[in-house]
Amino acid sequence: MELIKIVDLHASVGEKEVLKGVNLTVNENEVHAVMGPNGAGKTTLINVIMGNPKYNVTSGDVLFEGKSILKMTVDERARLGIFQSFQYPEEISGVTFINFLRLAHEKIHPDEKMGVLEFGDMLLKTADFLKIDRDFLKRYVNLGFSGGERKKAEILQLSVLNPRVALLDETDSGLDIDALRIVSEGINRAVNSGISVLLVTHYRRILDYVRPQFVHVFIDGRIIKTGGFEIAEELEKNGYGSVEEARL
Amino acid sequence: MIEKEHVILKDINLKRTEPGLSRKVIEEISYAKSEPDWMRELRLKSLEYFIQRPNPTFGVDISKLDLDIIVNYVRPNSKRQNSWEDVPEDIRENFEKLGIPEAERKALAGVGAQYDSEIVYHNMKDYLSKLGVIFVDMDTAVKEYPDLVKKYFMHLIPPNDHKFAALHGAVWSGGTFIYVPENISVPMPIQSYYLMGSPGMGQFEHTLIIVDKGAHFEFIEGCSGQNYSVSNLHAGAVEIYVNEGATVKFSTIENWAKNTYNLNTKRASVDKDGTILWISGTMGSAKTMLYPSSILKGKGARTEYTTIAYAGPGQHLDTGTKVFHFAPYTSSKVDSRSISFGGGYSFYRGLLKVSQSAIHSRSSVECSALMVDDISKSDTLPIIEVMNNESEIGHEAYIGKISEDQIYYLMSRGLTEDDAKALIVRGFLDPFIKQLPFEYAVEFNRMINMNFNSKIG
Repeated sequence: MELIKIVDLHASVGEKEVLKGVNLTVNENEVHAVMGPNGAGKTTLINVIMGNPKYNVTSGDVLFEGKSILKMTVDERARLGIFQSFQYPEEISGVTFINFLRLAHEKIHPDEKMGVLEFGDMLLKTADFLKIDRDFLKRYVNLGFSGGERKKAEILQLSVLNPRVALLDETDSGLDIDALRIVSEGINRAVNSGISVLLVTHYRRILDYVRPQFVHVFIDGRIIKTGGFEIAEELEKNGYGSVEEARL
Repeated sequence: MIEKEHVILKDINLKRTEPGLSRKVIEEISYAKSEPDWMRELRLKSLEYFIQRPNPTFGVDISKLDLDIIVNYVRPNSKRQNSWEDVPEDIRENFEKLGIPEAERKALAGVGAQYDSEIVYHNMKDYLSKLGVIFVDMDTAVKEYPDLVKKYFMHLIPPNDHKFAALHGAVWSGGTFIYVPENISVPMPIQSYYLMGSPGMGQFEHTLIIVDKGAHFEFIEGCSGQNYSVSNLHAGAVEIYVNEGATVKFSTIENWAKNTYNLNTKRASVDKDGTILWISGTMGSAKTMLYPSSILKGKGARTEYTTIAYAGPGQHLDTGTKVFHFAPYTSSKVDSRSISFGGGYSFYRGLLKVSQSAIHSRSSVECSALMVDDISKSDTLPIIEVMNNESEIGHEAYIGKISEDQIYYLMSRGLTEDDAKALIVRGFLDPFIKQLPFEYAVEFNRMINMNFNSKIG
């Protein structure tokens, strides 16, 4: 079943056009990797799907289960089941991670009505799985977290909030090899539970752990090539230049 | 007490002095209270100072505050009662409308409640009197403990200190007197509620707290009132004497109605190894000037502040802290925060003085201001004077606006924009909220939700 469909999407930041006609469909139970060099517009793509007001959609459309979501606010999209993990998640002083997650869970799954204990239990299990220290949950959201801790915290949110589709923005950057493995296990766990993933990265490294069915090469605001995992290997060997040359 | 802004109070049978200030009005007040001569003389002397002193040249605009029409003394038609049931029903109802719940009363060691100019209810748990703790309304103290009152009353805040201290000295009425004997730890806080129910009046309660050597004591005051189209004035005074090795925690949750000028003076003097902890929340009033002061005069004396100002539409809150290090090894720590939203204006005014003799003193001051939108304002003005080279002084100031990135992040987790703002505000004020008794914290969060149209639990 079709979850997200992006149709000839153009978007700009200020005067500058960043997305120049993106077409991409993510179905249920699919893992997509979008690979491209820095500045190609990968992060913009994720922000536009999520509805970040900093970006202007100039033409094209983003559909969720067949309906345009461009007029929806960010929180409405989140409640539909779209999740964004951030490369640099914001700090929220004075709000503990556990309270924050409980609030977010209530907002996104208002019908689940999970009790405090039940929620706490689920949260602790997920934290243990991601090798996140339980004390960590009592700290303020992202405040004083190391880069690796922040990434783990994002994946913890992914697990707990259980969306339909996860947009992961360079979740692998800045992680050492152990943290990368744990974070990847977290993503795979989400995938196995039926969450579709759109993973943006410029390194192949994470794809050794999280295997995409589709790899898209993203250069200068559009997808110029789509294929299977072999594309990632080709990029690793020859760099983005080779794909671009091939296109010419 | 915190959130209920639009309460309509019941009309109450009151006796009041004529508007404005004159020798006649003051003698009338003193006569009504059957005061000793020395107190009447203190009042009259204060009146002279009041006439001589100019208005303050800084802070909020008080040009529209017409002291000639303020009624300085309003006596509710009720004697002070020791049992809540004996308080006249209409007054009781008015307090209950402001949400002073039974449960809260149970968690306190003693309660005083002032309606307009007089204490109408006063109760203290028996064990406190057995410990030798004195807890009476200020007028009673003048009569029953004249020696203590003469020794301490308006010594920390002399009537000629500033114009509104003089006004206070002239027309003060009601308030609380507390004495805690040596080495006594009062296990639960004592609390006083101050309610202004009449339009165009001034409330001038006096709080005098003396905590003897090695004793521990916690006091909470809550202030509230009905909103009127005319101005009300609050010019209370708080004097706290912390003796050697004693600790006092003084919490204020101020939510005067939005027609109120709150020009308040609070001071504590702290002896050797004593501690004063100020918890202060300024949410109400149209305009406030309030700078609780700590005078650290004994070696090793200590002060800590956790204060917030919460300035919404039409409010100008000029608040701050004043710390005087007058002895070696004294320390101070200030965490002062402000929120401004909906066009509100908050101003932090800080003064830190470290004298030449206050060597090896330490001070850290953090003041931060968060603006919720583009129409609100915030300023900070910290003044630091350090007269020796052997002290450690740290100062940090932050003024900022809620960031769009923070809001976006929270919205991506399913929170509406309003929820996101409320959560950020709540988090920012967390150090203060954490210090509040549970019921107050719940009400405080409800108030934030109400101001930001949020429904977060």
